[in-house]
Amino acid sequence: MPGLAEGLAGVRNSRVWRSVFRSGSGDSNLHRSLAVQQNVFLHLASVKVRRRALDFSVTWYLGTLSLGCFFILVVTGILLMLYYHPSVPQAYADMKDMQFVVSAGVFLRNLHRWSAHAMVLLVFAHMFRVFYRGAYRPPREFNWVIGVVLLMVTLFLSYTGYLLPWDQLAFWAITVGSNILSAVPVLGAKIRFLILGGHTVNANALLRFYVLHCLILPVIAVFFLAIHFWRIRKDGGLHIGAEAGDKTDE
Amino acid sequence: MPDEEKKPCEGCSRRLFTRIGVGSIAVAGVGSAVFGYEFLSPNVLYEPSPIVDAGKPDKYPPDSVTPDLQSGLYIVHGPQGIYTLSAVCTHLGCLTAWKPELGIIACPCHGSKFRTDGTKIEGPAPRPLQWLKTSLGDDGNLLIDRSEPLDHKQFVRI
Repeated sequence: MPGLAEGLAGVRNSRVWRSVFRSGSGDSNLHRSLAVQQNVFLHLASVKVRRRALDFSVTWYLGTLSLGCFFILVVTGILLMLYYHPSVPQAYADMKDMQFVVSAGVFLRNLHRWSAHAMVLLVFAHMFRVFYRGAYRPPREFNWVIGVVLLMVTLFLSYTGYLLPWDQLAFWAITVGSNILSAVPVLGAKIRFLILGGHTVNANALLRFYVLHCLILPVIAVFFLAIHFWRIRKDGGLHIGAEAGDKTDE
Repeated sequence: MPDEEKKPCEGCSRRLFTRIGVGSIAVAGVGSAVFGYEFLSPNVLYEPSPIVDAGKPDKYPPDSVTPDLQSGLYIVHGPQGIYTLSAVCTHLGCLTAWKPELGIIACPCHGSKFRTDGTKIEGPAPRPLQWLKTSLGDDGNLLIDRSEPLDHKQFVRI
């Protein structure tokens, strides 16, 4: 369809389009590189990747699957927030309403819960995979550190989300967990007091966990995810292993 | 790539792939729209009942205006009987106030003023204050239905 192709090229070379996407039309390597480099979202990724790096056997796609879970969790989480009040005892009633009253509510709640479990599992699997393949070694050692931070954020997200249904399981899990936290030498009791906003798991704790779960931790996660992906490019692309790297390098 | 051009399957074509892909995305898009609309429409509302139990009618002496600002209405006992006015201004929905020293109802937002039968004295309000359906319940209490605006005057006589 030459007419369509010319039309699209006309749009891409128009002044409005060029003011947003600087690179205009053209299929030279330079154009294609600029299209990636000049886009704030795409510039995190490499302009070129080795074909071998896209094979399932290299990564088992564990990082991408973790990211997929994160996207699902963000979308379903925002939708769940529309029917959730982080107050005592309304939170429990809202959770029950979500299951039995809201259209498709039980689907979204379960999707959020299962994706959360899957994300923890996949992040662990991703780290084992990186460890046993030796992908943490230089020049990627700093990205491993970022990855450890992201593991921590994932676990904190999982933990803070656990309180929000405000049922018996949630209450006692956070009671136990925050008591473990108070085992930190010297500062333990103080940290627990600050995290819970009180001496027991109560309305303040629910609100603090809600803010951590819905705002602070996701923002931290997105921040470190951006660095994590950008570092993949900066560290020379995905680690594909020495034995395979030489012959399939394109 | 030297070893490309492996045909993945017989009968596959870019056109078929596009058709299936676009079709799937279209189905998913329509499904998401329906799903989203259903999810966003609350099935249960925790709003106060539109019907207000105003107690026994003899609580309201003749020639009196009794504001119930919690429910957003005035119960008026005039010469022809008891009736109820909505306290919500017809201009932009502010809650009006009863001024006993002037004998008028005034809106604090944009200065509309009304008589005790709801008609406008001055101000930007486009319509008189709304009359609400008022009746006597089985137990003899006044019942006011805020969801039933009246288009005519109607009195409860006791």
